[in-house]
Amino acid sequence: MTTTTARSFDVGASGDVPERGRLVVAIDAGTRTVTVGVFRFGGRLYAYENVCAHQGGPACQGRIVSRVRERLDAQQRSLGTVFDEDTMHIVCPWHGFEYDVTTGRHPGRPDFALRAVTVGEEDGRVRVSV
Amino acid sequence: MTIDDGVRRLPTQEITTHTDSREILANAARDTARHGLDEYFIVDVDSHHVELDSWPEILQYLDSPVLRDTANQMMKNWPNAARLALHNHSPGLTMQDVSGRIPHQAALGEQTPGAESGAHRDATLVRRAMEAMSIDLQVVFPQPMLETGLHPQPQVATALLQAYNRWFTAEVMPREPRIRTMLGLPFEDPDACLATVEEFADHPGVIGFLVTSQRHAGVHRNAYMPLYRMLEERGLPIGFHAGPNQADSMTSTMNKFLSAHAMSFVTCNMTHMTNWVINGIPERFPGLKTIWIESGLAWVPFMMQRLDHEYYMRQSDAPLLTKPPSHYMREMYYTSQPMEWTDDALLESTLRAIDAPNSLMYSSDWPHWDFDVPGKIASIPFLDDHAKRNILGETARKVFGL
Repeated sequence: MTTTTARSFDVGASGDVPERGRLVVAIDAGTRTVTVGVFRFGGRLYAYENVCAHQGGPACQGRIVSRVRERLDAQQRSLGTVFDEDTMHIVCPWHGFEYDVTTGRHPGRPDFALRAVTVGEEDGRVRVSV
Repeated sequence: MTIDDGVRRLPTQEITTHTDSREILANAARDTARHGLDEYFIVDVDSHHVELDSWPEILQYLDSPVLRDTANQMMKNWPNAARLALHNHSPGLTMQDVSGRIPHQAALGEQTPGAESGAHRDATLVRRAMEAMSIDLQVVFPQPMLETGLHPQPQVATALLQAYNRWFTAEVMPREPRIRTMLGLPFEDPDACLATVEEFADHPGVIGFLVTSQRHAGVHRNAYMPLYRMLEERGLPIGFHAGPNQADSMTSTMNKFLSAHAMSFVTCNMTHMTNWVINGIPERFPGLKTIWIESGLAWVPFMMQRLDHEYYMRQSDAPLLTKPPSHYMREMYYTSQPMEWTDDALLESTLRAIDAPNSLMYSSDWPHWDFDVPGKIASIPFLDDHAKRNILGETARKVFGL
């Protein structure tokens, strides 16, 4: 039986991941290389493996964009679309699958989800565990 | 403090229209390793290059000096016509990349050092995509020219198709021996269709001919029978390549690209399939292999049920048929992309209905926004290895004599 123990890696300085920004790194973790995207939103860090739940595309290297919502008036008439600036989506560039960065989940199909990676911040450094 | 050993910051933090295809598609290597795809013979029966990138080169292949002069004057004088002269490019097509979310749909703007021409560059881009996805042979089609059936001047559409076919076979194909193609037919002009087959049928790498499906011509018209006979006699398949149209009577009610794309890529082939089967074309030309391209698969069991249901009550409307419509449809061929895999049970049922192990052929549709990697076929849980090998390449080997 083989057991895999997560190991923590220093992947960069806190300043390398600005608000609404990202840092994508490849980490040689034993016998495999894992590519991880680290994102910052609302001051917090989130990290995911760079593999889309759809067809395996590089989801962490796609556009960062707010969720699009459609406004309705009191009579349910459409007032058009707007960006919800309280959200941050990462978009897989292969096919456009969007993920809420705070959950890693597709907004319409939550079972489509990126694999979360443990990330932390200490003394101005960003560490991920893979 | 510095980053740990073994950690590398990716040089491309965000994939854009300038990113190299090999980098965009790098994750496809995971499928190659996981499924052992290097051991499979993989034929991609539907992919694309961007002919408008080479448009000035293509227009010089126009036969008519008058039309060639028109094209050159347009390119010279109209500020935005350098890559559009004489073309009926639909402005709706620029919605395809979902506002920059899927950059490779908008442009493959990467560097191709040493490329001497648009054709040379195209061959390089095709090669990069094939190698990234472990594809052995790739059937390459143009893109906006697939809307040529909606051109307001059919004689111009015929001339453009002839120029494109001559350019592609003379300039692109000789640069990459793994490229194959099915050349577009100038379908509004049946005589020109025959001339096209005569001119190109024996060209190396031309493995069939194509009807670009967005058009208003009924495929059962008597004028086309000599074409079907000619293709049958030569053993060359006919393909129907679907396309989008947001301006027909139904899609013009739609306010979203998603809606029009979801419908019109299918309804054009549903229309031709209906005319093809109900008018007994498979009975008239039983040896003509027919391929339905880029309309996905979910529509096929719907049409099988719908046409069978009506045929049982109205047999006299389809007197050439000796069996239900679905039986003919099961003897045709389908390309896989975009394979609607949102429900395992429905997909399994669809693949059974079309006899997928013997009728389905993998297609990527790269570089379109809804492309499929070969790993999508390899990861279907309810197909055995034999079926996957057939779909990924062996059925294409048989259909096209590869």
